[in-house]
Amino acid sequence: MDKFLAILTKEFKSDFRNPYILGGAGLFLLSTLFVCYITVKRIPNPSTWVALYWIIILFSAFNAVAKSFTSETRERMLYLYTLTGPAAFITSKAVYHALVMILLSLIAVVVYSTFFEMPIEDPTMFYTSVILGASGIAIILSLLSTIASKAGNNLTLMAILALPILLPQMMVSTTLMKNAIDGIEFSIQLKYLFVLGGLNVVSFALSVVLFPYLWRE
Amino acid sequence: MKLHLAFKILSFPLVIFALTAGLLVDVPALNILNETIRNLFFHVTSWFAMVLLFIASFVYSIRYLRTGSPIDDLKARAFVETGMVFGIAGMVTGMLWANYTWGAFWVPDPKLNGAAIALLAYLAYGILRNSLQDSIQRGKVSAVYNIFAFVMMILFVFILPRMTDSLHPGNGGNPAFSSYDLDDTMRMVFYPAILGWIFLGLWMTEIRIRIANLKMNR
Repeated sequence: MDKFLAILTKEFKSDFRNPYILGGAGLFLLSTLFVCYITVKRIPNPSTWVALYWIIILFSAFNAVAKSFTSETRERMLYLYTLTGPAAFITSKAVYHALVMILLSLIAVVVYSTFFEMPIEDPTMFYTSVILGASGIAIILSLLSTIASKAGNNLTLMAILALPILLPQMMVSTTLMKNAIDGIEFSIQLKYLFVLGGLNVVSFALSVVLFPYLWRE
Repeated sequence: MKLHLAFKILSFPLVIFALTAGLLVDVPALNILNETIRNLFFHVTSWFAMVLLFIASFVYSIRYLRTGSPIDDLKARAFVETGMVFGIAGMVTGMLWANYTWGAFWVPDPKLNGAAIALLAYLAYGILRNSLQDSIQRGKVSAVYNIFAFVMMILFVFILPRMTDSLHPGNGGNPAFSSYDLDDTMRMVFYPAILGWIFLGLWMTEIRIRIANLKMNR
């Protein structure tokens, strides 16, 4: 637990000292949002609104998470590995990425809904879907970016590895969010909420189990 | 060794039987399905074989992480390769069937999307293997990805379609092939066909493993 917190604080400290890494990811997100605004202009249909939102988040996530791993040099990784254990390392990375992604996607919600207006019937469920969806993407990308970093930190490779695995999360979060905009009853939403939470838990558990085989090489 | 020989000798007549009887046997003329019900012998059985081969690959990936023996890695890869062959066969037969019963080769259905995503993940597995040079690292990294992808595939193909309504037979109130439209004549072809495709898949995998093994030791 101490080790986990130590790495987590280290991540935040290094981000405060090098704000350009997160700043780069944030700027990428804002630029993409603006490009969408310029090209699309108006989205009257909730399904399209939700789909475009998640596509933007997905590609910003590739950028944000991949950056975090490339910023670590090989030597620094080895040093961190020897100081902590694999479980503490991957947990803190996943939690850190989840927090970053939640922050980015909340910023995205604010900017995106100013650009494209959309009345939301059920705000609680809407933000729950944002938070759960964003953290799910972050958890899966934490493990997969480690895999991709073994093959020379190739962003294309990370995208093709991650996209098929991320699609279940994407499908459930889009449904959840679309239903929240339409104000579908809680009892129906609960099912999707449960599945999305379950997917996050399963992917996190798999990361913790599998990461020891990947670390230290 | 005897077992190896047995499934090879059996696979040949079973596949021939499935192919001929599958096209010739009398099938119940049901509403909408009619003659397309014969796809049961080809499509459903291909998916059965594919799932079994992917399970085998998953097991060998876990074994590789435990033992680190290169043979287990070869086997995991070979099972994925043959699994993909059956996956593509299952997808093509499914698309032909869909064109005649649903009127389109592809419809936005959770089960179909799940299958497509599973195949994408296994294609990515192939790319990942080819982009790693060191054999131990390749083994470990691809085994980890294989396990991760397999668990997600199981969740996606078998659990998610049950959450939402699906057009696919066996989901969302649609009649499954096996529930009431499967009569005894069809069973007589269906079960041998499953075994035939599975045995053929195992045989193909064995040849792939032997080739890979020879290449490795050369």
